[in-house]
Amino acid sequence: MWEYTNKVQQHFLHPKNVGEIENADGTGEVGSLACGDALKLTIKVDGNEVITDAKFKTFGCASAIASSSVLTEMIVGMTLDEAAKVTNEDIAERLGGLPKEKMHCSVMGREALEAAIADCRGVILPMAEGEVVCECFGVTDLEVIRAINESSLRSVEEITNFTKAGGGCGKCEDRLREILIATVQVVPVDQLQQEKPKRMTTLQKIKKIEEALEREIRPGLRKDGGDIELVDVDGDFVLVSLRGACTSCTKSQTTLKEYVERKLRELVLDTLIVEEAK
Amino acid sequence: MMDCRPEQVVYMDNNATTRVAPEVVEAMTPFLSDFYGNPSSMHRFGGQVGAAVRKAREQVAGLLGAEPEEITFTSCGTESDSTAILSALQSFPDKRHVVTTRVEHPAIKNLCEGLDSLTGHKHRVTRLPVADDGTLDLEKYREALSDDTAIVSVMWANNETGVIFPIAEMARIAHEHGILFHTDAVQAVGKIPIDLNKLDVDFLSLSGHKLHAAKGVGALYVRRGTPFVPFLTGGHQERGRRGGTENVASIVGLGVACELAGANMEEENNTVRKLRDRLEEGLLKAVPKSMLNGHKTDRLPNTTNISFEYVEGEAILLHMDRYNICASSGSACTSGSLEPSHVLRAMGVPFTAAHGSIRYSLSTYNTEEEVDFVLEKMPPIIAELRAMSPFWKED
Ligand SMILES: Cc1ncc(COP(=O)(O)O)c(C=O)c1O
Repeated sequence: MWEYTNKVQQHFLHPKNVGEIENADGTGEVGSLACGDALKLTIKVDGNEVITDAKFKTFGCASAIASSSVLTEMIVGMTLDEAAKVTNEDIAERLGGLPKEKMHCSVMGREALEAAIADCRGVILPMAEGEVVCECFGVTDLEVIRAINESSLRSVEEITNFTKAGGGCGKCEDRLREILIATVQVVPVDQLQQEKPKRMTTLQKIKKIEEALEREIRPGLRKDGGDIELVDVDGDFVLVSLRGACTSCTKSQTTLKEYVERKLRELVLDTLIVEEAK
Repeated sequence: MMDCRPEQVVYMDNNATTRVAPEVVEAMTPFLSDFYGNPSSMHRFGGQVGAAVRKAREQVAGLLGAEPEEITFTSCGTESDSTAILSALQSFPDKRHVVTTRVEHPAIKNLCEGLDSLTGHKHRVTRLPVADDGTLDLEKYREALSDDTAIVSVMWANNETGVIFPIAEMARIAHEHGILFHTDAVQAVGKIPIDLNKLDVDFLSLSGHKLHAAKGVGALYVRRGTPFVPFLTGGHQERGRRGGTENVASIVGLGVACELAGANMEEENNTVRKLRDRLEEGLLKAVPKSMLNGHKTDRLPNTTNISFEYVEGEAILLHMDRYNICASSGSACTSGSLEPSHVLRAMGVPFTAAHGSIRYSLSTYNTEEEVDFVLEKMPPIIAELRAMSPFWKED
């Protein structure tokens, strides 16, 4: 069970400003159903760019709902300029803190707010200007640097907890570490948190498996009129589906085990187990 | 610290763990206080404790239709599972294939996943797929068996959906091929009549805390004559099959729990099934876009797993917690991982529904009033969360 503060529980159980403003002046939408959390924020501003109303709709866990609720409470009465300065730390702080694995919920709030403000002003989000470092979650270097500074992050794992960057395929981890070191120059590198080797996440595995399939495995199968598709990855189990000539081939099971599994173990992870999807 | 009192809660999380029956507590207590002797000792003070363990062994065997010497006490269901699989692999060192399913409990799933690094040998693991209702295709099962299969391990009943697998038939098929058969019956024992004398099952795992005994005690049935290699090597306890001084009080409690389960099973199942059906039908009727996960009839009488689309499981559980209603969810957020339950995914339950799945697992201690209370509280909880969800469209 997560340890939630009273404030989180309050905002979760009795959220403020649920709904959608009709004819909103600004709308910010982030997240998706598949990701497990999503937020739609709508705001209304007066002639002096003061936010007069804010409403939200959120799909997600308690911390996602509480972050959205407290955010709407915070920004009503602020000018757009003031609201633009609200950080995810501000949101988390107003909630009395969030479990570290849930910090991205507060970041989701800040992102939706930025999107709504940009929409209000009819401008393109400034963050999109940076260089995308995490392709899986579309996080730019500017966003990472900002999170490092605002939240005094000291490890790649923390960057992932706050921005989700690196939580997908993990290819950007080295780059994230570089950014981290460059951003916190004042701190000697050896004082950065020592990180233990991480287990590959499912998304990381999927990315690497897809690459290996495309580069090393499909060409061989296609020569014989067959093909292979990745269906799912569950722990170390890789579910694939054979296509074309492979489906009627009596040697397909041998192909899977002797060829595909061996290759994937060699190229991706030596504990992978390949099986055919139903 | 303990500010959530048992008399306040509506406990519908019995597949996670159960209340220890008062009769069990009563039977255990003397062995936690006065009768602390070691069952292996030569003196009468210890010897009488040994007799209590013997009686418990008979009670467990009685529930399963087994002989007492076929029962080995362990520390939990997980230990029983590991013992069975690793024993079979060590007994047949040239067989390196294991057949199991995609919906096993982590006690089997993660063990099979890590077999190579654990044993230092390369293994092949076939995990049988399940249909959308969580049932197995026996044709695929037959095809999976091969000369090099050391053991088949299939759970008797699924902890998340309650779906029951045809263990009698599957064990028979394994024996036709000369292959050992293990079943993780942790969720089945006490809820399904089991007569091992008549079955081709070689190993069966059970766990005390799922049938109203204490946590930290389990048992492994090993059919007489089955090759066996211990998991914990040490003293001669359990006739050398499991070293370590016996957890006497819990073992005595497990014996009583088994006897109680055997005596009341049919009656309790009928009561629990009625309550479960009332809950399930009520929820499916009262909440639009809700659906049952798992086969409707091939299922434990106490379990219902329902998906409420477009809402997230952790949020639902925390709202239920406000009313002291205890249940579980297969959502990603509750587990701390990024993905929803592997069981629901294996069944092809869409993400939209898997994130919002709630498992209610009842016991004989539940009442109709409690079911009606849950039926009263759930629809507004779901409606409130949906009103908040950007994906929910009222139609
Ligand atoms: C099907 C199944 N197998 C094994 C276990 C593990 O049992 P134990 O907690 O006693 O190790 C459980 C308990 O959650 C279970 O439901």
